[in-house]
Amino acid sequence: MENKYSGLGLIHSTESFGSVDGPGVRFVVFMQGCKMRCKYCHNPDTWFPQKGQWITSDELLKKALRYKSYWGDKGGITVSGGEPLLQIDFLIDFFKKAKEKGINTVLDTSGNPFTSANPFYDKFNELMKFTDLVMLDIKHINSDEHKRLTGFDNKNILEMAMYLSKIQKPMWIRHVLVPKITDNDEYLYQLRDFISSLNNVDRVEVLPYHSLGEYKWQELVIDYQLKGINPPSKERIENAEKILGCNG
Amino acid sequence: MKNFEQWNGFEGTLWREEVNMRDFIQNNYTPYDGDESFLEPATDATDKLWGKLQELQKEERAKGGVLDMDTHIVSTITSHKPGYICDEYKDLEQVVGLQTDKPLKRAFMPFGGIKMAEEACTTYGYTPDPELHKIFTEYHKTHNQGVFDCYTPEIRKARHNKVITGLPDTYGRGRIVGDYRRVALYGIDYLMESKAKDFENCGSGSMTSDIIRLREEISDQYRALGQMKKMAESYGFDISKPAKNAKEAVQWLYFGYLAAIKTQNGAAMSVGRISTFLDIYIQRDIKNGVLTEKEAQELIDHLVMKFRMVKFARIPSYNELFSGDPVWATLEVAGLGIDGRSMVTKTDFRFLHTLENMGPSPEPNLTVLYSSRLPENFKKYAADISIRTSSIQYENDDVMRPVWGDDYSICCCVSATQTGKEMQFFGARANLAKCLLYAINGGIDEKTKVQVGPEYRPITSEYLDYDEVMKKFDSMMDWLADIYVNALNLIQYMHDKYYYEAAEMALIDTDVRRTFATGIAGFSHVVDSLSAIKYAKVKTIRDEDGIVVDYETEGDFPRYGNDDDRADEIAVWLLKTFLSKIKKHHTYRNSEPTTSILTITSNVVYGKATGSLPDGRKAGEPLSPGANPSYGAEKNGLLSSLNSVAKLPYEYALDGISNTQTISPEALGHSEDERINNLVNVMDGYFNQGAHHLNVNVFGTEKLIDAMNHPEKEEYANFTIRVSGYAVKFIDLTKEQQLDVISRTCHKVM
Repeated sequence: MENKYSGLGLIHSTESFGSVDGPGVRFVVFMQGCKMRCKYCHNPDTWFPQKGQWITSDELLKKALRYKSYWGDKGGITVSGGEPLLQIDFLIDFFKKAKEKGINTVLDTSGNPFTSANPFYDKFNELMKFTDLVMLDIKHINSDEHKRLTGFDNKNILEMAMYLSKIQKPMWIRHVLVPKITDNDEYLYQLRDFISSLNNVDRVEVLPYHSLGEYKWQELVIDYQLKGINPPSKERIENAEKILGCNG
Repeated sequence: MKNFEQWNGFEGTLWREEVNMRDFIQNNYTPYDGDESFLEPATDATDKLWGKLQELQKEERAKGGVLDMDTHIVSTITSHKPGYICDEYKDLEQVVGLQTDKPLKRAFMPFGGIKMAEEACTTYGYTPDPELHKIFTEYHKTHNQGVFDCYTPEIRKARHNKVITGLPDTYGRGRIVGDYRRVALYGIDYLMESKAKDFENCGSGSMTSDIIRLREEISDQYRALGQMKKMAESYGFDISKPAKNAKEAVQWLYFGYLAAIKTQNGAAMSVGRISTFLDIYIQRDIKNGVLTEKEAQELIDHLVMKFRMVKFARIPSYNELFSGDPVWATLEVAGLGIDGRSMVTKTDFRFLHTLENMGPSPEPNLTVLYSSRLPENFKKYAADISIRTSSIQYENDDVMRPVWGDDYSICCCVSATQTGKEMQFFGARANLAKCLLYAINGGIDEKTKVQVGPEYRPITSEYLDYDEVMKKFDSMMDWLADIYVNALNLIQYMHDKYYYEAAEMALIDTDVRRTFATGIAGFSHVVDSLSAIKYAKVKTIRDEDGIVVDYETEGDFPRYGNDDDRADEIAVWLLKTFLSKIKKHHTYRNSEPTTSILTITSNVVYGKATGSLPDGRKAGEPLSPGANPSYGAEKNGLLSSLNSVAKLPYEYALDGISNTQTISPEALGHSEDERINNLVNVMDGYFNQGAHHLNVNVFGTEKLIDAMNHPEKEEYANFTIRVSGYAVKFIDLTKEQQLDVISRTCHKVM
């Protein structure tokens, strides 16, 4: 689906009230399809491109605009997933139209599809013209651990972060704190060093791991690999926030 | 023109020449657009009194819900000796006056019905004086007896089978807000003179029944005013003249309200819109250097403490309907004036601040008259208090102001009424969900199998046909509207005759506007059921007699609560159609018929009496409350749900459209600031679309479950939640209602 743009986007669902997915109150679109297989994923039902619902950018925008009265001066639309960048043509189309209406746009991505090779690279630059903020979810700072956790290494993801820093695109970094996997001071310090090297990061958010998505794995008959791992303690969350310099 | 020295420093003339509260307020109030930083914490006196009161509340709960009851004295304005929170702290009370001689002691009020008054006593182990029984059965009739003397067999059947339900035929109808501010501004003597003038001008001498009744009512009102003076005297106050300062204004006003709650046990005994008014007095005193901010807050804290103490003796079936001992001492803050100025004053902040100084509380039912044009600082403060206490409700001033002006009060949970100019005939609910089932079964009740409605031809097909159902539903609604209005006409007649609200009406204009407030129960279920019949396939399941007792619905259908016009249009149609049917009928005393979609905790009891529905709701399950979408129907989050409710036109439901939403704190934003700003944005967005009402709860389901399992934990003693139309201490709900609240949608992070 990356190759030829049909004029349609494949979405999993929408949420009318997103308040933790970017600034203000936001309409959130969950795109269908993701290649990463994060062990803690709480939306595994968005992985497979065989599911979902096809929709035109106009229809989706019309849906979103029903909530304009709630957005105030900060809110707007966030596209999340799944992995939105897998449908970059649709994103360009959708965000372009949203910007024409003066809507604030946020891209919530894992960065996994990023590459500095074409045709993706040109498209990405086009998309950034219509994107107000990128929320980049760095799953793990250590590339080997990243691979173990998601199935992919993180080279291109960090590369994307550096590129966004270079073009001065406002960015929020998010990091899921999982006991035994990412909740490790050593890695947290490494992540902090990386973030400090960037000059476009407005905010760093620690997202405590939760197992609320576990039932979805069961529904999909996939083995849940983090069985027995509990959400991190309040102290560990505060510790991570302190190390990463979260500024709320 | 009167000119009391107590009025020195006040502007305007119209209000001096006649009773005109609005003119006084508009000429004298000081809008405030600053923030909350001026507020003062509770004083020692407040802490002591509130501490004592909390002990009493604990004792009350430990004793099964009632601390003490009067079994000998029939409650009147002057029936009891003065009472205080406790003798030790008597001098600390800035505002005095109790319903009886002791705090939280419930009065004996037989005029609504002697049986109910007695049952209320015996339920809690008290024995009412047998002499009272004799008096109110042999010598004096009650409202309840009057109603049952006149009910038709048809009405009795409809009532018994609960297709019309919650009728005020066994208790006070309530919902009449006396303009208690008048006592403070004018003093009783002025008000008595004014009523005497009305009496002189009542009728041209020919004694028609309307004129005779009105003359008798004015006389009753006049007498009630005299009794208010006497009651105040017993506490050592002379309220014949206007209040001369803020402390007196608060006290005078409260005496007016106290007269009402000593004589009436209405389902709702609202306080009204008093905050901007009281601010004028506080402002004058502060300017004159005779009152400090600390003292001002103490006055408001103590007044609110009194509103937290209002109690009535209730019977178990009443408590099932209105769980958690509510009295709807509804009190409004904010709103805009017709001239566009904000009516937010510092005292509006002070009232909300009581929830910080004395912790969360269900009463008074604090209501913010909301507009996106209110000062930002106030909007944020209210949102902050909501997030921390879940004790506030919001109503859209922008839709109410054009209808009711800028001096209306909320007379029940959510219904507006022009303060001092209007009274309401409260009329409970028609269960439209049962009506739909009657349409399908030809008037036979699906639970009792009795022929309750007219014997129209039932639907005999296996699968329901939309057009056929709609046609039959339309005729059955005609029948229901007719019998419902008739029952209410009869009830209101008898209430006026045997349980007239003289104290409240004494503080309302003689030439009063009357509304006739009907209501709808089962709203969302009817909408979803009709949508299921229209867009999916609904198969009927019949019992051996061919009566449809269940439904199997195949396929998907749009549900109300997802901003889907296909379902929401049915919702709008249903509301408009029902009101137009009500309006066809004559309503008592030429009152103006209105309707509401605001069932309260009664949704649980109404649900018990309602069979399975085509939308998938099974027999006996709770109906969804008010105008809320059905359980589990909301698939696209909070705002799509709000958008659906916002489509219901307020002009067709002037009695109110209640909506209760619960948001987990994490879903509202990461930081405190974000949560506040996001909540303000949600309310701006919702109310700017013309929606009427929103109850805001901010907590997670986990907290509810823990509170249900561990009610003894200190942190839950005052844990307050908003239910449809009022607030309640969660641990005071019945287990059934707790489970119902828990099962409702809590909007969480995806």
